[in-house]
Amino acid sequence: MGEVGKKQVRVDGYDKATGRTKYYEDLMPRDALYARIKHSEIAHGYVKSVDTSAAEAIDGVVKVLTCFDVPDIPFPTAGHPWSMDPGHQDVADRLLLNRHVRYYGDDVAVVIAENEVAAMQGVRALKVEYEELPFVLDVQKAMEEGAPQLHEAYPGNILKHTDMRKGDYAAAITEEGLIKVEGWYDTPSVQHCHIENFGCFAYEENGRVTVVSSTQIPHIIRRVVGQALGRPWANIRIIKPYIGGGFGNKQDALYEPLCAWCSTQVGGRCVRVDCSREETFVSNRVRHAIRFHIVSWVRPDGTMAARKVECFSNQGSYASHGHSIVAKAMGSFAQIYPCDHMECDAWTVFTNRPTAGAMRGYGMPQASFANEANIDDIAKALNIDPLALREKIIMPKGFRDAFSQNENYEDSFRQCLEKGKAYIDYDRKVAEFAKDTGPIRRGIGVAAFWYNTGVYPISLETSSNRMLLNLDGTVTMQCGETEIGQGADTAYAQMTADVVGLKSYRDVNVVSCQDTDITPTGLGAYASRQTYMAGFSIRQTGELLKKKILEYACEVTRQTVGNMDIVDGNIVRKPDGRVLMSLSELAMTAQYNPVHSEHITAESTYTIRNNAYSFGCTFVEVEVDVPMCKVMLKDIVNVHDCGQLINPALAEAQVHGGMSMAIGYGMGEQLLFDEKTGKPLNNNLLDYKLSTIMDHPHLEAQFVENFEPTSPFGTKALGEPPACSGAPAIRNAILNATGVSIDQNPMNPHILFKRFAEEGLLAD
Amino acid sequence: MYDMLALYEATSVADAIALRLEHPEAQIIAGGTDVLVQMREGKRAGKALISIQKLDEMRGVTIDEEENIRIGSLTSFTHITSDPIIQKYINVLGEAVDMVGGPQIRNAGTIGGNTCNGVTSADSASTLHAWEAMVEITGKNGVRRIPIRDFYIKAGQVDLKVEEGEIQTAILIPKASYDRTYGHYIKYAMRNAMDIATLGTSVNARLSADGKTFERVRIAFGVAGPVPMRATNAEAFINGKEVTLANIEEFGRKVLEDINPRDSWRASKAFRSHIAVESAKRCLIESVKLAGGEL
Repeated sequence: MGEVGKKQVRVDGYDKATGRTKYYEDLMPRDALYARIKHSEIAHGYVKSVDTSAAEAIDGVVKVLTCFDVPDIPFPTAGHPWSMDPGHQDVADRLLLNRHVRYYGDDVAVVIAENEVAAMQGVRALKVEYEELPFVLDVQKAMEEGAPQLHEAYPGNILKHTDMRKGDYAAAITEEGLIKVEGWYDTPSVQHCHIENFGCFAYEENGRVTVVSSTQIPHIIRRVVGQALGRPWANIRIIKPYIGGGFGNKQDALYEPLCAWCSTQVGGRCVRVDCSREETFVSNRVRHAIRFHIVSWVRPDGTMAARKVECFSNQGSYASHGHSIVAKAMGSFAQIYPCDHMECDAWTVFTNRPTAGAMRGYGMPQASFANEANIDDIAKALNIDPLALREKIIMPKGFRDAFSQNENYEDSFRQCLEKGKAYIDYDRKVAEFAKDTGPIRRGIGVAAFWYNTGVYPISLETSSNRMLLNLDGTVTMQCGETEIGQGADTAYAQMTADVVGLKSYRDVNVVSCQDTDITPTGLGAYASRQTYMAGFSIRQTGELLKKKILEYACEVTRQTVGNMDIVDGNIVRKPDGRVLMSLSELAMTAQYNPVHSEHITAESTYTIRNNAYSFGCTFVEVEVDVPMCKVMLKDIVNVHDCGQLINPALAEAQVHGGMSMAIGYGMGEQLLFDEKTGKPLNNNLLDYKLSTIMDHPHLEAQFVENFEPTSPFGTKALGEPPACSGAPAIRNAILNATGVSIDQNPMNPHILFKRFAEEGLLAD
Repeated sequence: MYDMLALYEATSVADAIALRLEHPEAQIIAGGTDVLVQMREGKRAGKALISIQKLDEMRGVTIDEEENIRIGSLTSFTHITSDPIIQKYINVLGEAVDMVGGPQIRNAGTIGGNTCNGVTSADSASTLHAWEAMVEITGKNGVRRIPIRDFYIKAGQVDLKVEEGEIQTAILIPKASYDRTYGHYIKYAMRNAMDIATLGTSVNARLSADGKTFERVRIAFGVAGPVPMRATNAEAFINGKEVTLANIEEFGRKVLEDINPRDSWRASKAFRSHIAVESAKRCLIESVKLAGGEL
């Protein structure tokens, strides 16, 4: 009891630290065949032919399948809940293999072989003949007239355009004395870089297809595989074991449909698909590169009169999560810095780049970079301290969003900013660093973010849960919200223990593996919703289980249900606190009762019709070596109001991981493409500059714990928020240190060299 | 699983030479930190390998009878960094190879592999050039020694004759090179670990007895051209000059007369040139400090 709020050790911690945890490869049948994919070596065009003869002649090659063999069933891949409204269903623009290849790395053919060497030799032996078409990589060039077209159904390459109008922008900007602060802000394509590359294996059993996959979303994958293969959804079984991270890349059907289909083409034998790191960078998903154009009209006191925001989102070659990302990004502008007169537009545009999908933050790291950069540009133009400006204009207490019904119940933003300011010693350092004039200059930067916990009311939010009372008085719990490394299982164990009345979270056995034949239906791990959403069904199901236990106890103890409670794993008589029997005694009695035997279980589904605002900020201290064009992070702090912490140790770890991701986003990460061929240049961990531990200062995580009233456990989003405000805080710290604005990330030495040279900071 | 035709395990240097003559198409493998990566990528797929990994006679750092520092080609980066002879006489080499990859790579990777790759970005290469190292090559006709400058023929190609069965067996630093000499290396990279050099700069200096004059300054760059290179104009300028910041400034600018970095997607020529000037200055300032000079 009282487990919620404690720093408990992860339920899967020891096994993961000692290498005993089983991932999909550890469960691989010994006779699995290797499927290896031939990827397109042009950025855009048609496959005219594939000569498979040399590949088929290789010893060990079992079968070669090409884009001319696949069923003509377009399917969607995004890991969204299914919508019963055809207008809100995901775009079905995928085939298992493609004759019309739309990016360098598209899937053309697959070689299935007895071993990996033969499969790779087979892939290299395939001779593909293409008819090449012109290609386009840049989002705005793809919108131009005459640009190469990717999808017939989407003329002009525009997947979707939405807008938001508020007040009267045109009239508002005529107000006397306004200052216009305009900027273009560019964010790059980046990849999730989870430790475990994507992989899966599939086999047929009794006429049904089973896929064991490194996925975040087993129940959704079942639907997608069913759609892709033209089979009833229940004919598909998906098993999700432990996975080595996902960050949204695995919130998409990646190669599960192809792997399942390959199995059906070799008589149901087990087939495995294992992505290499190089493939993961290019042929899985990336984060959308979004370009923003912001025009802010501000009064000399910093208040915002009117604002125009244009967002151009680079979708890459296929729709995947599509417009949802930039729509969320655009939506944030009106929330975090409310303004009465706004004109916002967002376009999602196909280009011949790798497909963009979900990635931790879902549009917010991009929007935060642009918005927080613009806020600092406003502060600079008005000669106001950027922190003071934020404290003045950021979302006020009591702010309510009419669409989501979200409410800012406390003055969370100012509380977070206050805490961060104190930690970083803001006033003293800003004054001291302003005196730096030499080659080494120091600076402080701040940025804030706004985040929605889940997807309500845009999509369905549902959580199902099953609890079983075991004979030793422990409880087994199953749900569809998946453990993907974030520690969800541990949080669930803590919540379950408290609701049922168990002594310890160790008395809860959370079944970590989801199996769509067995696990109650849930939507998986995405958004920042697991703890919040699962909390509703854990509360409801736990109370149901407790009621059933007490009802049975009534038969044994002759006490009325209302007079009993479960405390520390014992049935207790409430008025005098007497322990009547243990849960183990009760379970044994119930199971082996010759007259009324009962295995006590509870199961329920909760439809969540709430969402919650999550808030926070980053403060960062940098030291800029101007001649060397290098930024060293000296200190960084994230402050979050994510409601009540279920497990402070896990919360801190979650923030550390997000901050690291934000540092990489800010300082080094970006996928590069050859302008002449569209070929990815740096799809490996050497040339893609993910930050290392040597690039990190101490990561400080702090919290403001305002109880979230809509949650049964007072909690809300912390999964994605830590990744949102780090990059713009670094950008603003460089501005503070050098006076130079860098309007694109990553802020690596190349761009610093260019900008410092432009601003006359370099001697030569 | 590697797409490997065969693996021949050499039992001695003589055996390695014999294997090389017998299998001229085979690739020599030592630590494997480059060869196996390339094999996995498909670049060397299907090749036979001759492993020299077990030849302990090619491991370790000693001072030979001519007072050369002798580094066996199979000596790992980790062992070089922690070796007392290196630390005493040419500490900068230990510091430079301590910037290769991460700890696992430094435990496996060897200085012989680093130089035999013939790549300009190798972290040991600019320091070995700046210290005028000699390369010991052993073949069927015995041992020959050549200056490291001559060992590098062009990008990716070094002077090892397959038809002679040659392998690199040691790297030597002559006493005349390391005596009273102190150096500093700057690896300029995009992150602080697990990276390849955007530019490597290695400078060493010997000062006059009173510490006021540059007696001998040598500077070499990696990634300033297709192979590691010395900046001879800059050296000619500074040698014999007074130890002053103004001279060091000019020395830095002079390197632009020597180097020829290229534009690539990894970095622009202008950027590499800018960093070369700044790195040259900083390296020389550090070298002066280590040599006991005053600025």
